[in-house]
Amino acid sequence: MDARLVISPQPLLRRVMTHPRLTATIHGWLLLLPAMALLALFTHWPAVATFIDSFYSTPRPRRPSRFVGLDNYQQILADPVFWQSLWNNLLFALGTIPVSIALALLMAVWVNDRIVGRTAVRMAYFTPTVLPMIAVANIWLFFYTPQYGLLEQITALFGAEPRNWLGSKDTALFAVTLVAIWKEAGFFMIFYLAALQSISPSLAEAAALEGASRWTFFRRVQFPLLMPTTLFVLVNAVINAFRMVDHIVVMTRGGPDNATSLLLFYIYQVGFNFWDTTYAAALTTVLLVLLALVALLQYGWLERRIHYR
Amino acid sequence: MAEVELEEVTKSWGGAPAVDRVSFSARTGDLVALLGPSGCGKSTTLRLIAGLETASSGTIRIAGRDVTARPPATRGVSMVFQNYALFPHLTVAENIVFGLKVRDVPKAEREARLKRAAGILGLEKLLDRKPSQLSGGQQQRVALGRAIVAETPVCLMDEPLSNLDAQLRVEMRREIRALQKRLGMTMLYVTHDQVEAMTMADQVVLMKDGRIEQDGPPAELYESPATIFTARFVGTPPMNVLPASVLAAAGAPMAGHGPQGRPLGGLAIGIRPEDARLAETGAEATVAAVEYLGADTLVEARVRDHPFIVRLPGRAAVDVGGQIRLAWEPGRAHWFDLSSQRRIA
Ligand SMILES: Nc1ncnc2c1ncn2[C@@H]1O[C@H](COP(=O)(O)OP(=O)(O)OP(=O)(O)O)[C@@H](O)[C@H]1O
Ligand SMILES: [Mg+2]
Repeated sequence: MDARLVISPQPLLRRVMTHPRLTATIHGWLLLLPAMALLALFTHWPAVATFIDSFYSTPRPRRPSRFVGLDNYQQILADPVFWQSLWNNLLFALGTIPVSIALALLMAVWVNDRIVGRTAVRMAYFTPTVLPMIAVANIWLFFYTPQYGLLEQITALFGAEPRNWLGSKDTALFAVTLVAIWKEAGFFMIFYLAALQSISPSLAEAAALEGASRWTFFRRVQFPLLMPTTLFVLVNAVINAFRMVDHIVVMTRGGPDNATSLLLFYIYQVGFNFWDTTYAAALTTVLLVLLALVALLQYGWLERRIHYR
Repeated sequence: MAEVELEEVTKSWGGAPAVDRVSFSARTGDLVALLGPSGCGKSTTLRLIAGLETASSGTIRIAGRDVTARPPATRGVSMVFQNYALFPHLTVAENIVFGLKVRDVPKAEREARLKRAAGILGLEKLLDRKPSQLSGGQQQRVALGRAIVAETPVCLMDEPLSNLDAQLRVEMRREIRALQKRLGMTMLYVTHDQVEAMTMADQVVLMKDGRIEQDGPPAELYESPATIFTARFVGTPPMNVLPASVLAAAGAPMAGHGPQGRPLGGLAIGIRPEDARLAETGAEATVAAVEYLGADTLVEARVRDHPFIVRLPGRAAVDVGGQIRLAWEPGRAHWFDLSSQRRIA
């Protein structure tokens, strides 16, 4: 018998343990394990569970949960509040994303140029990001208060009609959109600022020597060089537009008449006010698919155009 | 005619001035090297001329016009930055014509200038590449191309070769000089490498601590340095500068007094390594080290604990630790006043 075939477990183990590449791989996986376990337990599993739940009916005291196939999804298609929330959310996204990004870019470029007191300005812009959304919402709640709120007092100075900004169907969505812009622009500015500071100052000098105006330099040099940052910020802005719910809870609870109900808020309502958990699961699945589509589209479409290195 | 003229130009950022009452002028079509050790204010001087810094006082004239308060774009200068400052997202061609586009030069004209510059610099095959796909020397040439197509009468360069390896540096040095002559540009060239300044320039402005130490043709700086600093900065290995009394005591061939009958006490003598030779009689020295370079040999000796380097042709027959005697033609000795550090003869 060939002696090499008779390998007792001990030398095998030793051989595995001493093989350098293999040990490195095993070490690597061992180090990843705790984080992976947590991630799987609290992120991946709930996501999968949600997806599975969405095909069942919500258990009631007398009726246990049962498989209903696509019933929940059919209900979504026929649900006017869902469509209203989706529409609201699109308006909210269209309102917040371009404005907050443009504002962030503008502020970053401004703060990056050598202005006096730029540290103070940078701090001031960043403050909204540091504040918790609940606090932000409370501050703005005061601004919007009918009659004695800050906004009312200012508009009254100009002789404008008194208005209930959050109480009126026409203005409520606009009012909560503004809060989101205020909250997000400072956050995105930090990314733009970091990217701007990594652009060599000699590029600005070279452009100045060539006679480029501030605007030309921005358009032909700074903006293209910021494209990777813009993509990153854009993806974040889109996700945030579908993820922000705290200020709705504090300021309007989706009202008046669902005028400020955003998708996630609606899911929260269905899940935790109406306790229709599997319908909420189906709504969540729809939201996740929407977000995944948008992210794929952005990366696929933009990434090719921005990688200049 | 002077193309670029600085008059008593000073720049300070609150503390000691980085550029202190600097005056010099560059003739049309000359290559002027701004030379000096790190931090002496070369870059600042260049940036003042370009308009990237504003002078605290003094006047800068380009082509006879006072440009002291003018913005960079109107001064008629182009500049090659030390890090090239190429736009990373633009191709080589776009980089080169960037300024022409900004200035609304018609497309046909732009193409013609681009073609000419690319031809001169050998960039034809690289026009579609991005800067990150180029070697250091190629990037350098693109930066040069950008300066050439601007067709400004004055071109400023801030240590353009410092990122290149020795071989390429020698090549580019020759190329830049040829180009400058061919296009008739007036070029101000910052470097801390004295070999670069000596080999390329028509005129060398040597700076130290924000002031001009000496301003003249390379040969003048080498042959009659105005100060001990210049004497030791220009030439490799540097000139040996020793107190005259030490050399006299060691038995050097010299009179008992300095020029104009001055006593040896406050004077120093400078001898270039290549002007000294081994002799039967002369200053006594001990050999500390011998460096054989092929064509010649550098002997590092000590004259009463003062280092003294001698360059001997071929392979010299000296041993470390041995005693030698050093002599030189009296006419080759440079005399300096030790208290003012300035040349007296
Ligand atoms: N923006 C600035 N603010 C304050 N001090 C400065 C500034 N730029 C330069 N200096 C100072 O001015 C002096 C001259 O600097 P400069 O860059 O002209 O030196 P240099 O001769 O080009 O040196 P190097 O060979 O290292 O490039 C230095 O002491 C430097 O610290
Ligand atoms: Mg410098």
